[in-house]
Amino acid sequence: MIEIDNVSKWYGKFQVLKNCSTRIDKGEVVVVCGPSGSGKSTLIKTVNALEPFQQGSITVDGVKVNDRGIDLPRLRARIGMVFQSFELFPHLSITRNLALAQIKVLKRSQDEAVERGLTLLERVGLLAQQDKFPGQLSGGQQQRVAIARALAMDPIAMLFDEPTSALDPEMINEVLDVMVGLAQDGMTMMVVSHEMGFAKKVADRVIFMDEGEIVEDATRDDFFGRPRSDRAQLFLSKILNH
Amino acid sequence: MFANFDFDVIARTWQVLIFQGLAFTLQVTVLAMAGGVVLGTLLAMMRLSSIKPLSWVAAGYVNLLRSIPLVLVIFWFYFLVPYIGAWIIGSPTPIKVGAFTSALLTFILFEACYYCEIMRAGIQSIPSGQASAAQALGLNYWQLMAHVVLPQALRNMTPVLLTQTIVLFQDVSLVYIISLPDFVTIASKVAQRDGRLIEMYLFVAVVYLVICLILSYWVKRLQSRIAIAR
Repeated sequence: MIEIDNVSKWYGKFQVLKNCSTRIDKGEVVVVCGPSGSGKSTLIKTVNALEPFQQGSITVDGVKVNDRGIDLPRLRARIGMVFQSFELFPHLSITRNLALAQIKVLKRSQDEAVERGLTLLERVGLLAQQDKFPGQLSGGQQQRVAIARALAMDPIAMLFDEPTSALDPEMINEVLDVMVGLAQDGMTMMVVSHEMGFAKKVADRVIFMDEGEIVEDATRDDFFGRPRSDRAQLFLSKILNH
Repeated sequence: MFANFDFDVIARTWQVLIFQGLAFTLQVTVLAMAGGVVLGTLLAMMRLSSIKPLSWVAAGYVNLLRSIPLVLVIFWFYFLVPYIGAWIIGSPTPIKVGAFTSALLTFILFEACYYCEIMRAGIQSIPSGQASAAQALGLNYWQLMAHVVLPQALRNMTPVLLTQTIVLFQDVSLVYIISLPDFVTIASKVAQRDGRLIEMYLFVAVVYLVICLILSYWVKRLQSRIAIAR
């Protein structure tokens, strides 16, 4: 489904991604972790071309992301993305947030878009908030709306860029629960996160990055059971032992 | 000292002053604001564009017009527009452009530079994550501008845009130099005809003062009302 092949990226002389390669198959859930500045957020943003890169290639469902002249909006519309800081549109009601891209990009009718949006809003347990504005919701609620907004586009895969990092601790679980539900429904997911509990529960594979490199790319059991690299071991001991 | 003054002249002429002069001034102000904000927004988008030539053209235009006094721009346009128009349509003689059209065009093109800088600040005030989110949903540049970035930028900048419009409202009086019948021009004609300069100019000043104060007060109230909750 998603193939990342030898991707390298530089900011000036500084190399942020170093020959990263991995693949995510249909229905797979892959968690990407690593210390801050390791390039994991940059990597996930290359998948839908929000971050350009200079070397290598990425293919999503047979479409090469880094080809010149591809219909980027169309490709992006097929890949859902959830951001650390939610990025709901603050000037639009929750219903309008859910419907906007469906109407403008997928050319769905107003009624159709609202109906699809509300179905997903119900799924994340926020149907009662449909007429509110993002600023009136808690962080956890906003992030659940953001997930519903991405799902309303009927994506073939979902990217999560640190979806719980900006949340107060008591709101993390309500978002993770939605994500676990998605994973169990068979959604293809790439998740940048430090939530090791989530990884242990639903990840098929865990990728560990450090200094722009994919240091470890292992199945969940291998990763938590016997990580091979010292760096991954050190990272795990730091975030698991407190 | 007021014994020598005759404020009766205002009572005799206020209808013409208000319903013709002031109405004309307000008309130019509103039309120039509308045109100026639209053109200014386009210029701001050009200035922020990653296509360098576009941003250079917009920056050059804005910086040029902002460094010339408005009076000069009005003059130049008044004399040049007929020739430029003739050049565009290939006519051998200067085309006829009414003073009104010429003045309106001048204000739109001139004020657009100021509105441009305001809208540029407005667009830059929107967190880049908003554009990323819109892109990730598949919106193209024009859609994300029209539905996500500009509505928020316009809203954040409304108070500043209106403050600039108050300046524009005062600047419209400069059409005096090309004898357009705005509030000031009509008032000075009456003043000279009746020999009542002080009374008339006092009246004009008071009307400007009152309108600007009311508008400023309204902008202040609006400022707190339209802030978007984040």
